[in-house]
Amino acid sequence: MEFKFTEENLKKIEEAVKKYPVKKAAVMPVLYIAQEQNGWISQEVIKEVASVLEMHAEDVLGVVTFYTMYHKKPAGKYHLQVCTNVSCMLRGANKIYDHVKDKLKISNGEVTDDNLFSLEEVECMGSCGTAPMIAVNEDFFENLDIQKVDQILESLNK
Amino acid sequence: MEKIVLPEIKNLHLIDVYEQNGGYTAVKKAFGQTPDDIIDQVKKSGLRGRGGAAFSAGLKWSFMPKTTDKPKYLCINGDESEPGSFKDRQIFEFNPHQLIEGILITAYAIQAKTTYVYIRGEYHKWIKLFQKALDDAYARGYVGEKMKETFGKEFLVDIYVHKGAGAYICGEESALMNSIEGKRGYPRVKPPFPAQNGLWGCPTTINNVETITNVPAIINKGWEWFSKIGEPKHPGTLLYGISGHVNKPGVYELPTGMLLTDLIYNYAGGVTGNKKILCVIPGGSSMPPLRGDQIEGVKMDAESLKAVGTSIGTAGIMVMDEDTDLVKVLARIAKFYYHESCGQCTPCREGTGWMVKILNRLVNGEGSTHDLDLLISVASNIEGNTICALGEAAAWPVRHMITRFRDYFEQRVKKEVVLPVANKVHSMRHTAFPLADIKE
Ligand SMILES: Cc1cc2nc3c(=O)[nH]c(=O)nc-3n(C[C@H](O)[C@H](O)[C@H](O)COP(=O)(O)O)c2cc1C
Ligand code: SF4
Ligand code: FES
Repeated sequence: MEFKFTEENLKKIEEAVKKYPVKKAAVMPVLYIAQEQNGWISQEVIKEVASVLEMHAEDVLGVVTFYTMYHKKPAGKYHLQVCTNVSCMLRGANKIYDHVKDKLKISNGEVTDDNLFSLEEVECMGSCGTAPMIAVNEDFFENLDIQKVDQILESLNK
Repeated sequence: MEKIVLPEIKNLHLIDVYEQNGGYTAVKKAFGQTPDDIIDQVKKSGLRGRGGAAFSAGLKWSFMPKTTDKPKYLCINGDESEPGSFKDRQIFEFNPHQLIEGILITAYAIQAKTTYVYIRGEYHKWIKLFQKALDDAYARGYVGEKMKETFGKEFLVDIYVHKGAGAYICGEESALMNSIEGKRGYPRVKPPFPAQNGLWGCPTTINNVETITNVPAIINKGWEWFSKIGEPKHPGTLLYGISGHVNKPGVYELPTGMLLTDLIYNYAGGVTGNKKILCVIPGGSSMPPLRGDQIEGVKMDAESLKAVGTSIGTAGIMVMDEDTDLVKVLARIAKFYYHESCGQCTPCREGTGWMVKILNRLVNGEGSTHDLDLLISVASNIEGNTICALGEAAAWPVRHMITRFRDYFEQRVKKEVVLPVANKVHSMRHTAFPLADIKE
C-alpha cells in the first residue's frame, strides 16, 4: 500500500529537520512521525522516509531494524509491554507476564485475533522503584498485581 | 540534609516557581565570569559524573579545544536504561529547569552553541514534561535567540530533545552520538575521544542528566560548599534508587558515602517480610554484586565501593532477599546484555550468547561445575577485548556473581560431570565457536 505523509506531518518533518545540521540526522524523529501516521514501519514507509530525507532506503532500514521501538509489523491497538528485568522480576513480573499471556492467549510479539492487543516482553523501563510495571502504548502502569492487571485489561476491552 | 538535585519544593517544575526559588540566577552569575572560571570552579567542586564512570566533570570540560573553527556540541545523556536505574526521570519530572540552567552554564563553559538532550524513547511522558519546561524557558528568553536580550551577552545556545527508540547501547556516549546523527547506535572506537572528534566530527562533551543538574548549585553556592558535602573524594549528593525486596523502594537524594545498610534498612524501610539479604547489586545491573554478609559498613561512593570490589555505577541499588533464585537472576541479567549487545565485537556478540545458553542450562537444573568455570572463562574473554564497556557490563555480573556465590551455584549444579557435556566443554576451549555444536 502506498504511503505518503500528510501535509501536517510534512510540516512536522520540516521542524524536525531544523534541529540538526544535516538532513539525514532527522531520520529517527521522522520515523516516529511515520509510525504515528501508519501504525508501523512498512517497506513503503521506508521508501517514503528515504525520499523525504534524501537517503538510501537501505540506511533507513538499518535504523529501523536497530531500534526496538519501531514496529516492523502492525501492532495491536493496545501494545502491552511487560518488563521482566531484575527489579520487576523480584517483585513478581513473571507472574504478571504469564497471566497476560494466558488471558490474551498470545505470546511475545503476537497480536490478538481482533487486533486489539499485542504483547512484548521488554527490558528495564525505568520503573524499577515502582515495579512491576506494564506500559500500554505510551502510558506506564506501575506497582501492579494480578488484580490491577485484570482491571487494566478489562477497561481496555470496552 | 539539604537537597541539591530534587529539592522538596512544591511545583518546582513550573518556571514561575523555579524563578521564585532563585532559579536562573546561577546562569546570570556564570555569564558574568569567563568560561575558564566556570570550568575551574566545577573542577574544584569535585563534581564527578553520575552516569556510571564517576569521571570529573570539570576535567572533562577542560578537554574541549579552546581554538577551533568547528562548532562545539554538548550532549546530555538521559538514556537511563541500565536495569535498576530510575533517577533521571525524576529530574525531568520534578526539576527540569535546573537541568536546563545547568545546560546553559555548561554550554557556556565549553562554548557549545547546540545541546542535544538524549532521552530514551520509552520515556514518552517525561519527554513531554521536559519539552514543556524547555518551551517555557525559550519563551522567557533563557534559551535560544532571545538570550542576548535576557543576559546582555553575545553567547547563545539552542537546546533540542532527541528521542531514543529502544536501545540500551545508546547510553554509551559514542553510540549516543551516532544515534543523534541518525545512524545505528554503534559505539565508536576510542581514541579519538568526543572532545576531539564527536558529533559530526566536531568537539563534543557528553554528561549525564544528574551531573549537569548539580551545576547551578555549585555556581550559586560556591565550589567549597559543594566539596564539603558527603565523601571528600566523591562529593555532593546522589540520587540513590533502591529497588527489589525492600518495603519502600524509590529514589532517595542523600549525600555520597551513605552506609548501604542505612539506605536499605532506614530509608527504604528494610527488607520485605523481615527476611535476610542474600545479595545486593549497588549500582545498576552491570556492577559486581555483593553478598548479604559483605554489605555491613560499606559506604556508597566511588572509592569505598572500589575497595570492596564493586562500583558505584548509577547508584541503582537492587536488593534480593534470602529466597531469591540467584541463578534465575543472573540468567536474566545475561539475557539483557545479550539482547542489547550491538554485535560489532565478536567477544561481546558471541560471548553474551554463550553465557545465556549456559545459564539457561543451569536454570533448568542441567548444569555442571564445569559450566561455572566455563562461564567465568567466557566472561574473562570478553573483558578488555571489546570496543565499548558493554563488554564489561555483561561480563562483570557473571564473573563476580559466580565467584562470590560459588557455594550457592555449586549447590545448583550436578556435582558429577556429565561426560558428553564435559567432553564438549573440554574441546570447546580449542575451537573458535565452542558452543555452536551443543544442542540444548
Ligand atoms: C553500555 C553503556 C550504557 C550506558 N548508559 C548510560 C546511560 O543510560 N546514561 C548515562 O548517563 N550514561 C550511560 N553510560 C555512560 C556514558 O558512556 C558516559 O560515560 C556518561 O554519560 C558520561 O556522563 P557523566 O560523566 O556525567 O557520568 C553508559 C555506558 C555504557 C558503556
Ligand atoms: S562491546 Fe558489545 S555493545 Fe560494545 S561495541 Fe562491542 S559488541 Fe557492541
Ligand atoms: S527492572 Fe522493570 S522497570 Fe526496571
